[in-house]
Amino acid sequence: MSAAEFVLGAAGLLGQPTLRIGSFAVSESAVTATALTVALASAAAWTRSRLRMRNPAGWQVVLELAVQAIDSTVRDSIPKAPERILPLVGTLWIYILLANLIGLIPGLHSPTGDLSVTGALATIVFFAVPFYGIWAEGWAAYVREYFAPMFWMFPFHVMSELTRTLTLAVRLFGNMTGMEVAIGILLLLAGFLVPVAFLFLHFIEALLQAYIFGMLALVYIAGGMQALADREQRKGETTR
Amino acid sequence: MNELSFFTTLVTAFAVLAMGLGVLGPGIGMGMAVAKALEALARQPEAEKSIMRWLLIGLAMIESLAIYVLVIVLIVLFRSPMLDYLLHK
Repeated sequence: MSAAEFVLGAAGLLGQPTLRIGSFAVSESAVTATALTVALASAAAWTRSRLRMRNPAGWQVVLELAVQAIDSTVRDSIPKAPERILPLVGTLWIYILLANLIGLIPGLHSPTGDLSVTGALATIVFFAVPFYGIWAEGWAAYVREYFAPMFWMFPFHVMSELTRTLTLAVRLFGNMTGMEVAIGILLLLAGFLVPVAFLFLHFIEALLQAYIFGMLALVYIAGGMQALADREQRKGETTR
Repeated sequence: MNELSFFTTLVTAFAVLAMGLGVLGPGIGMGMAVAKALEALARQPEAEKSIMRWLLIGLAMIESLAIYVLVIVLIVLFRSPMLDYLLHK
């Protein structure tokens, strides 16, 4: 195995090693992503069965702090009905953070370093925008937003929804892949243990990218629910 | 110099050039964004939370431009359709 092959293989650019079940190929990122989903779901179920109101355990306090931080961030950013969006955005945050951090375990790659995984996550956000928008405003008001302020703005609205979905996917993918390539190249040039400082940077990057992905999803969904907020505001003004 | 090695040299040179030039614009943009955010922070330290939030979102938007360049460069270097054609013709 040549040096270049090593770096590219470490970054998963040579095509990830696949598992074959009959004629059906399963990529490595699909396996790690599914394993992470199962682990998170079972951890959530286990945690839920052990929550206590009186003298909570240490881990419960830590979890409550994390949930509270997520909750307050969502409540600060969305004018109306934050409890509807909280589950989706909270899940995105926790899932992407852990998926990014998996890359730090030797021998494993971040599932988010695969464009298919980030594409799937971005597609969820793409469909969540009309879902929450219609839920909040109803069909007519939501569709009317596409033709505001002028009817010929419609193609631009559609274009912006499509490109921002692409951006969401490519940003996460590019950041995680770029970091892995950089660490691989550094390992080749400088040798063993030198990239440890960069692994710390990788850690910060993982946190930041997870935060940004969830935050952008939040902003996009809030944009889709805009008319509701405007109406509430007007109502508040007239009753005042 | 045969066709393949000429192509590889050209692609490598332009990939490096593209990365350098492509990072230039986002770098300037991010610098301006951070400078303005710090000014706002100095003027209104109590608004730190929301300033930081919008700064991070804005930086992510600007950063995605540089990430586009990185992705294009990676495609050109490793998954180039042109290279495939030269190898398998």
